[in-house]
Amino acid sequence: MQDNLILRVMAKVLIPVILIYAFYVQFHGDFSPGGGFQAGVIFSTAILLYALVFGMDRAADVMTDKLLIALSAGGLLLYAGTGVVSMLLGGEYLNYSALASNPLTGQHIGIIVIELGVGLTVASTMLLIFFSFARRVVSR
Amino acid sequence: MTEHISVLLIIIPLIAAPILVLSNHAKLSWIISLLVTIACAYLSFELLADVQQGNEIHYAMGGWAPPWGIEYIIDPLNALVAFIVCLIALATMVFAPKSVEREIETHQIPLFYAAFLLCFLGLVGMCLTGDIFNMFVFLEISSLASYALIGLGKNRRALTASFHYLILGTLGATFFLLGIGMLLAATGTLNMQDLANLLPAIENRPLLHTAFALIVVGMALKAAIFPMHLWLPNAYTYAPSTVSIFLSATSTKVALYALIRCLYDVFSFEYMLNSWLPQSLLLIGTVAVIYGSWLAIGQREVKKMLAYSSVAQIGYIVIGIGLLSDAGLRASLLHIFNHALMKGMLFMVAGILVYRLNSTDYRSISGMGKRMPITFGALIIGALSLIGVPGTVGFISKWNLAQAALAQQQWLVVVALLVGSLMAVIYCWKLIEVLYFQPATKSRIGKVEQGGDSVARMPVGMIIGLWSLAVLCIYFGFNTDVTLQGAQKAVDALFAAQGVTQ
Repeated sequence: MQDNLILRVMAKVLIPVILIYAFYVQFHGDFSPGGGFQAGVIFSTAILLYALVFGMDRAADVMTDKLLIALSAGGLLLYAGTGVVSMLLGGEYLNYSALASNPLTGQHIGIIVIELGVGLTVASTMLLIFFSFARRVVSR
Repeated sequence: MTEHISVLLIIIPLIAAPILVLSNHAKLSWIISLLVTIACAYLSFELLADVQQGNEIHYAMGGWAPPWGIEYIIDPLNALVAFIVCLIALATMVFAPKSVEREIETHQIPLFYAAFLLCFLGLVGMCLTGDIFNMFVFLEISSLASYALIGLGKNRRALTASFHYLILGTLGATFFLLGIGMLLAATGTLNMQDLANLLPAIENRPLLHTAFALIVVGMALKAAIFPMHLWLPNAYTYAPSTVSIFLSATSTKVALYALIRCLYDVFSFEYMLNSWLPQSLLLIGTVAVIYGSWLAIGQREVKKMLAYSSVAQIGYIVIGIGLLSDAGLRASLLHIFNHALMKGMLFMVAGILVYRLNSTDYRSISGMGKRMPITFGALIIGALSLIGVPGTVGFISKWNLAQAALAQQQWLVVVALLVGSLMAVIYCWKLIEVLYFQPATKSRIGKVEQGGDSVARMPVGMIIGLWSLAVLCIYFGFNTDVTLQGAQKAVDALFAAQGVTQ
């Protein structure tokens, strides 16, 4: 698909929009429908589109396997770590109210950090799955 | 602090697993997992000791009050099962390093340990949670991790075994989820204690019966109860040794715990009495004992023989559940504990065979008994225990089960127990005969590199792991106070919650 001009131009226009939409769903998730899982999937589709149009190798140059594995583990760590922090601050595990002096602020901080962890893990795992299958097809 | 222990048991492996992936270092990842399992074994022991004093621990996850939030409820029953899981995980980790090095490719080792910890945390989570949907989530965590772990086996058939397990396991989990959905539709709650309180008043009986059937079938699939055991033999045979040790000793046991919890706690004792389930459990258990033992006799491969023997041993546990009595359930719990010890140990023997001889086939291990006395000494203890010879743990649980069956005059069950034990004599003897009374063969197995006629040295970790379980097998065979009281307290707690007086 790399020599298809219309596709290339449209992809260049669409990718930033998709990314911004992903961030919107990510960070507006505590007020409106959305959150880490959806945002992660949307984010990964932007990279997928890039890989499909401009080639696997160029996408893999930016999103290396090492980075993706680190991100997928890091997201989980962020999630679990937030719970531990709230425990150290005197609440139950994942009790966000303990994160700030005002429980309401605490809930906001907690949910944003945790959803960020979910988003990171979902986006990087989606890409890892795609790359590991796509590579097998290409090498064949 | 004690109330935090319940959740720490899950958090510690949850945090350690991504750290292992990030560290990406083979040796380090084993050390971290070993430390994690040591910490968890210690914490679960503390928890068990605390709960056996008579406290029931309630922990509201995230500070959301139950029944709306997820609640962890620890009583003597689930503390006991969690302790078993942690103990076996620790023994497996002590055993693991050399075996994993041999069987898993180096760059996959950190991922292997991470998946192992996730599987472990899923099983512990299933035990500790008091929320039925949370139980499903942990079931999925442990199952997904175990599919990956089984698929890592060296033999290419590991992939099909893993895929087979994936299909059947997902079916089981889906049935369980459907059942939960129906319970939620009927009552509007997912908290198990709350469910138990609300269920008797439900008008819509057909919905309740369907939910009951779905939950039983779903958990029976995960527990490999007789007609639904088909995934088990191949999964245990082709998985890496470390994985078959851990899964054989824990995963079916935790599913059986979940079954006990759902049957006796969520659905009440009276509800069970009015269904045909107890009789069918007795029948299924009896058939499982005979059928599993029969197939075990025909096997010519150590791991497969042990796997079919597991099907039979699960049958004993099911019989205990189906007897619907204080004594029967106690025997079941005892056997859950005792079978975890002996099957873990026997699969360790199989793991050592793979490590030193590169094969577990009867033809290539014949005559090795005298050359590997330490390994096969433990094997004989395990075999005696499977048979149920006095002085081993196997005797204690079978004796209790037989007494419970006699008290209810279930002659069929008593006969099955005897026949099952006799058949265990046959399949164990066949293995021992191969090891001690047949000439040693100098075997070459396909393309797999193997030690020729010199048997590789035995790593210290394997000896420690193997013999600590072997010693426990003997110790709990003589000193029955600890296990018997633990099981009794668990049963008492379960029946006290029901208001059943014995």
